[in-house]
Amino acid sequence: MSKVVVVTSGKGGVGKTTSSASLGAALAQAGNKVVVVDFDVGLRNLDLVMGAERRVVFDLVNVVQGDAKLPQALIRDKRIDTLSLLPASQTRNKDALTEEGVGRVIDELRESFDWVVCDSPAGIETGAMMAMRFADLAVVVTNPEVSSVRDSDRIIGMLDSKTLRAENGERLEKQLLLTRFDAARAARGEMMTVDDVLEILAIPLLGIIPESPDVLSASNVGCPITLHNPGSAAGRAYRDAARRLLGEDIAFSAPRERRGLISRLFGRKAAA
Amino acid sequence: MSFLGFLVRGRRSAPVARDRLQILLQHERALNGGADLAAILQQEILAVIAKHFPIDRDRVVVKLDRGDQISTLEIDIEMPEAALARN
Repeated sequence: MSKVVVVTSGKGGVGKTTSSASLGAALAQAGNKVVVVDFDVGLRNLDLVMGAERRVVFDLVNVVQGDAKLPQALIRDKRIDTLSLLPASQTRNKDALTEEGVGRVIDELRESFDWVVCDSPAGIETGAMMAMRFADLAVVVTNPEVSSVRDSDRIIGMLDSKTLRAENGERLEKQLLLTRFDAARAARGEMMTVDDVLEILAIPLLGIIPESPDVLSASNVGCPITLHNPGSAAGRAYRDAARRLLGEDIAFSAPRERRGLISRLFGRKAAA
Repeated sequence: MSFLGFLVRGRRSAPVARDRLQILLQHERALNGGADLAAILQQEILAVIAKHFPIDRDRVVVKLDRGDQISTLEIDIEMPEAALARN
């Protein structure tokens, strides 16, 4: 049984594309056949983050409109052979995506892959709607920051009303992926805690990705962090999140930083 | 700003963020869900009544009025004479 996952957030810049690439890679590394689909037509970036930018020939819009066959547009990852990418078009706009066409492509992808990971564009317009439309479950990417949490709340409302599953009265599972989390700042009361965000959004937790320079390093070189730096805190956090998606029961490690009074005072002064 | 103020500035701002969000989202959820809520309530109330006696769907009116201070939910069900007489 294949699963269609939408990675969404409402707000831009919170880590949807990074998370799509990392979760997709981690699922594939665990032996699943995975395709990651870029729905950000006009502003494609998943190809760049996954290091396949020079291999794009056909794209999602070509396949949706019938100008190319699906196998022609799929790019197989050179490092993980069970991982593929379906890039977005860079020259078109999101209105080129029709519901009927996207539905047909998703159905075809379901036949060949265990996981179809849909990387949603920011916003609540056509592109985001198309990315979530056929999802079986949603990963809501959120930063512990007021505007991101507010937009995630809005997106959760849309997942509950605008998806095919919601319209058919079926359950659409939604899980929170908290990214750019800084445990030390949260412990000092400078950042909302995991519990704060969970209480506000009221959906189960899929993973906590710590704020880490390793994430940028991985995207710099076009390699998902679970492959580029699997031992890093962020790499391990993405791998754990993927394993939870696969149904494994993995405890959340509390990456709390214990700091003494002197270092806390010093740290605060240095940061101010 | 005092030296002490400078030190505590930025401290414990997270609870403020949480509280602001909770108040804002309570309001926004009501607004976003509101359009459909009246229609859903009307459907469900109709379904419950229809279990016991036939009723014209125009005779169940559900109105949701939102004000700044107070919101009201008005449900107006006109009972058919015949149905009541039979029971």
